[in-house]
Amino acid sequence: MLSYSFDFSFLMTTWPAFMRGAWQTILLAGSSIAIGFIVALVCAIIRSGKNKFASGLVGAYVEVIRNTPLLVQIFIVYFGLPSLGLKLSAETAAVIALVINTGAYGSEIIRAGIESIAKGQLEAAECLGLNKFQVYWHIILIPAVERVYPALSSQFVLLMLSSSITSQISAQELTAEANLIQSETFRSFEVYLIVAAIYLALSVLFRVVLWAIGEVAFVRRRKLRT
Amino acid sequence: MITFSSTHLIYLIEAARWTLLLSVIAFIGGGIVGLILALGRVSEIKALRFLSGAYIQIIQGTPLLVVLFLAYFGLSILGLDIPPIVAAGLSLTLYTSAFLGEIWRGCILSVPKTQWEASNCIGLSRAQQYRYVVLPQAMRIAIPPTVGFMVQIIKNTSITSIIGFVELARAGQIVNNSTFQPFITFVFVAIIYFAMCYPLSLASRHFERKLNVGK
Repeated sequence: MLSYSFDFSFLMTTWPAFMRGAWQTILLAGSSIAIGFIVALVCAIIRSGKNKFASGLVGAYVEVIRNTPLLVQIFIVYFGLPSLGLKLSAETAAVIALVINTGAYGSEIIRAGIESIAKGQLEAAECLGLNKFQVYWHIILIPAVERVYPALSSQFVLLMLSSSITSQISAQELTAEANLIQSETFRSFEVYLIVAAIYLALSVLFRVVLWAIGEVAFVRRRKLRT
Repeated sequence: MITFSSTHLIYLIEAARWTLLLSVIAFIGGGIVGLILALGRVSEIKALRFLSGAYIQIIQGTPLLVVLFLAYFGLSILGLDIPPIVAAGLSLTLYTSAFLGEIWRGCILSVPKTQWEASNCIGLSRAQQYRYVVLPQAMRIAIPPTVGFMVQIIKNTSITSIIGFVELARAGQIVNNSTFQPFITFVFVAIIYFAMCYPLSLASRHFERKLNVGK
């Protein structure tokens, strides 16, 4: 028989803690996304470049990261690196692991964008007399990122959600906050229901913000539409 | 002082069997629910489309870890004293079904519309259209992304270590607790995960190339 009665009264006192956790998750995920995007961009450029050795190295990095769990990557950074003499705080370790993770996934997405640029575009740009750097920036990189931006955004939202795993090394974020609250209130099910709802709201928020950033960043797309 | 040895490695490999078993459970459970979701998403009935869409949005919008906690604590609220593998299997099924449902929906939609119209003309019912015309073609398209997603399933089983289910990641923690050699232990754990996932990644890419040859 289901004789359980839901009790959300703990929210009266713990709501600020939930909000603090949500804010910490926004900071953690936001900084990981920002740094991770730069890493991804650099890796994608190297990967599609002419240097075989560097490209192979980045390829190996991408394969290793994409075929091992984030949890294990976090453990290696947080528990493993100190034994090699590099001691990190939980938050720093969390950001490093998340950046390494997004860097790998993001670079594969951006690389697909770079490869999708038609050769005719490059020839046309050369005919117009653009120099090498201008061609790379205006004809390859920006249109490539623009084209894969929706996929990139989804990847970033997934990263925000998987940042919950960093609670396992006691990094300050929403899930860690929830673990603390449930150990004080003993209302585990209710606490995680609230947390699920907050994550849902966060993923909508991230989607909207990423969409807005895309609207501002990609001038051409905005102009073509109107 | 205990150091990391072959005994520990064997222990890790044995624990990896639980990772594989859990992955199979998640794939079968998630596959069945995912197919229903995919069909619901392309259904002619609006309510079905809405319900399956909402389910997918909610699961994809919450972290697997939170779903796992909800399954773990939710099932115990029902008064069931359940082993962690049930909560682990349930939450991974929920997670897998939402993603596979969305992947397979895309595959069903990518079957050309003319196929629907042609099979309609020769008088097939909707069920027959699915059975004989649409699903066989969608399945061909679905193989590469589905195999690719299996990698995600295997990797995500590691999260169930958090509720105490002893699979590969948890076994790594146990070994680390006795050897205090986290770096070498978790590197070996990562290598075993890699050995399970990389062949699937390669297979997914191989199928994708094969599929694109015909085009």
